Amino acid sequence: MSGIPHDHYEPKTGIEKWLHRRLPIVGLIYDTLMIPTPKNLNWWWIWGIVLAFCLALQIVTGIVLVMHYTPSAEAAFRSVEHIMRDVNGGYMLRYLHANGASLFFFAVYIHIFRGLYYGSYKAPREVTWIIGMLIYLLMMATGFMGYVLPWGQMSFWGATVITGLFGAIPGIGEPIQTWLLGGPAVGGQTLNRFFSLHYLLPFVIAALVILHIWAFHHTGNNNPAGVDVRKGSKEEAEKDTLPFWPYFVIKDLFALVLVLLVFWAIVGFMPNFLGHPDNYTIANPLSTPAHIVPEWYFLPFYAILRAFTADVWVVIAAHWISFGIIDAKFFGVLAMFGAIAVMALTPWLDTSSVRSGRYRPMFKSFFWLLVVDFVVLMWAGAMPAEGIYTNIALIGAAYWFGYFLVILPLLGVLERPTTPPATIEQDFKAKVKAHAKKSGPAPEQIPAE
Amino acid sequence: MTIRKLALSALTALSLAATPSVASEAGHIEDFAFSFEGPFGTYDRAQLQRGLQVYNEVCSACHGLNLVAFRSLTDETGPALEPDVMRAFAAQHEVEDGQGGYRTAAGPDHFGHSSLENAPDLSLMAKARAGFHGPYGLGINQLIHGMGGAEYIASFLLGFTGEETEQGGSVFYENRAFGGNVAMPPILSDDLVEYSDGTPATEEQMAQDVAAFLMWAAEPKLPQRKMWGFIGVLFLTLLASLLYLTNKRLWAPVKAQAKQG
Repeated sequence: MSGIPHDHYEPKTGIEKWLHRRLPIVGLIYDTLMIPTPKNLNWWWIWGIVLAFCLALQIVTGIVLVMHYTPSAEAAFRSVEHIMRDVNGGYMLRYLHANGASLFFFAVYIHIFRGLYYGSYKAPREVTWIIGMLIYLLMMATGFMGYVLPWGQMSFWGATVITGLFGAIPGIGEPIQTWLLGGPAVGGQTLNRFFSLHYLLPFVIAALVILHIWAFHHTGNNNPAGVDVRKGSKEEAEKDTLPFWPYFVIKDLFALVLVLLVFWAIVGFMPNFLGHPDNYTIANPLSTPAHIVPEWYFLPFYAILRAFTADVWVVIAAHWISFGIIDAKFFGVLAMFGAIAVMALTPWLDTSSVRSGRYRPMFKSFFWLLVVDFVVLMWAGAMPAEGIYTNIALIGAAYWFGYFLVILPLLGVLERPTTPPATIEQDFKAKVKAHAKKSGPAPEQIPAE
Repeated sequence: MTIRKLALSALTALSLAATPSVASEAGHIEDFAFSFEGPFGTYDRAQLQRGLQVYNEVCSACHGLNLVAFRSLTDETGPALEPDVMRAFAAQHEVEDGQGGYRTAAGPDHFGHSSLENAPDLSLMAKARAGFHGPYGLGINQLIHGMGGAEYIASFLLGFTGEETEQGGSVFYENRAFGGNVAMPPILSDDLVEYSDGTPATEEQMAQDVAAFLMWAAEPKLPQRKMWGFIGVLFLTLLASLLYLTNKRLWAPVKAQAKQG
C-alpha cells in the first residue's frame, strides 16, 4: 500500500495461504500496522491516535445512550435525566459522551495546528488535508446536532441561532432554513431529524477517517523535518523509518493514556465545567436566554460570525457593491464559513518551497500569532457581542484571514528559509544527541538483547 | 520563543478554562464551604435530611422537584432515609392516578410539579445555576473555590436586601445574588422550621442545608462519580507509568544506535 519499500506479509501455514489467496485481509492488517514511519516524529504526532480513540469512544457511549434516550420534544429532557439517575452507570456514560466531544475537538485543533506548522498539507498530502477538513466539518455538524438532543435551553436556542445562519442567505435562505428545521421554527420535528443525522454522521466520519489514513499511508507520514523518506531501496528507507508496530503504537498509547488521565479527571471531578448551565433548564420557546453561547469549540468561528457588524467598512463596501444583497448578517455567515474555507485551501495558499515551519524563521512568528489569535477569538466568542469585545473579535478575524490570504502567499517569496537536514536519519541523530547532551553524560543503558 | 511560550500557556489555560458562559455575572455570590466540594467531597447525610425538611416544609409550597423519585431518598450516599421512613414520607404526598384522580404516593413516584406557575422546578436548579462566576467568564472561581449552583441558591436565599418595588400591580424584591428584582419574596426567617436533630435553625443554616439538599437532588450520583474518577485516575497513572517504561526500553537500542552513528 505504501510507496516506501518495506517487507510485505508472507503467508506461511496452509490455512494462511488458503485465506490469503481468497481474501488478503491479514496482509492488509499487517501492512497497515507495519507501515514504515519516520523515526523523528515528535510528540505533536500523537493526536491522530487520540482522535481515533475519541471517535470510537463517542460511537460506543453514544450507541448505549441511544438505548435509553427518547427523541421527542416532550420526553428528551426527562429521558436524559433518567439516564443520569436510573440507568446503571448512566451518569458516567453521559458525562463521557459530553466531555468526549470536548476532547475530540481539543485534539482536532492541536492536530490541525500541528499540520499547519509542519506543512503537512503540502504536496503530496493535499488530499489528506482536504479529507481532514471534511472530517472536521462533519464533526462540527455532529457536535452541534448532538448538543440539541438533551433539549435544554441552549440546545433549543443554539439550534435556533445556527439554523438562522442559513436563513441569512438572500433569496433561498428561508426555504433552506425551513427545510433544515422541518417547519417554521425549531420543534420536535427538528429534534427527530437532528437525532437521525447525529447517529448517521459519525459513521460517515469513520469512512472518511479510513480514507484519511489510506491517503497518508500512501504518501507516507510527514515529519518534523519535512524531508521525504528515502525510497531508493529498502535498506535506505529503513535508515529513515521504523515500523509503526511496536515503536509508534507503544509511544502513541503512552501519550493517549496521559491524555485520558486528564480527561478522566475532568469527567470524574468537574464534568459540567465545559458545558453551559442553562442546558439543565428544559427548552422553553417563550424565554430567550440573556446570552446564547455555543459550546467552547465553536467559539472562535462564532466570534468571527459576530465580528462583522453593519458599521464595519468591509461590510458597508460589500453591501454597496452587491446592491444591498449582502447585509451584515449574511456577511458574517460568509466570513464564518470562509474562515474554514481558507484553512482548507492552505495547500495552495502557502507558496514556500520548504515544508516544515521549523526552517522558516518568519513563518514561525506568524504561526504562533495565529495560535494566540485562535485563543483570543475563542474568548471573544464567549463574551457578549458588545463594546470592546466586537472590536477584539474584528481584529482577530482580520488576522485570521490575513494569515491565510496574505501572509502565507507572501512569505514564500519574502522569506529566506534555513536549510533543512538532508535526511530524516540525520535529523533523528541530531535530536537524540542534543537530548543526550541536555540530560548529561548518558549512562550505559543499552539493554543486552 | 517567548511568543511560542505565551501561545502554549494561553492555549493550556483556555483549554481548561474557556467556558462558554457568562451567566448572571451581575449578582454577588458568596462562597460557602460545602461538604461535597473538592475531589473527595461527599454529601453530609444529616445536612441533606435537614435540607429535605426545609424543602418539604417551606419551598415545596410553590416549587416542584419533579425529576426526583421518593425512593432515591434512601440512597446510601444521599439522605439515606430508612425505607420505612421514606415510604411514610411518600405517603404524605399525593400523585395523579392516571384516571383523572389522585392517590397516595409510593416509593417509585416522583415529587410533584411546581404548584405556582412561575416558580421553577428545583430538581436541577443547583446545576442550572452553576454559572461560571467569572472573572471574565473564565470560570476561575468555580475551578479554584469550587463555587457552583449550591452557592448560588444559598446566596439567593440570603441575598434579599429588603428593598421592594411595585410594578404593574405586583411587588418585586431586590436580591443581591440575582443582581436585580425578583418575584419571589424573602422567605427564610430564624426558627422557620424546627430541626429534629436539634440544630439551631438560623437563616444561614437553613439556606445552606436546602442548597446542599438541592445539589444532591440535581446530582445524586456525585459521590459515585468521584469514586470512579479516583479509581480511573489511579489506574491510568499506573498504566501510564508502565507504558512509559515500555516505551523507554523499546526505543533505547534505536537511540543508542543513533548516538554512535
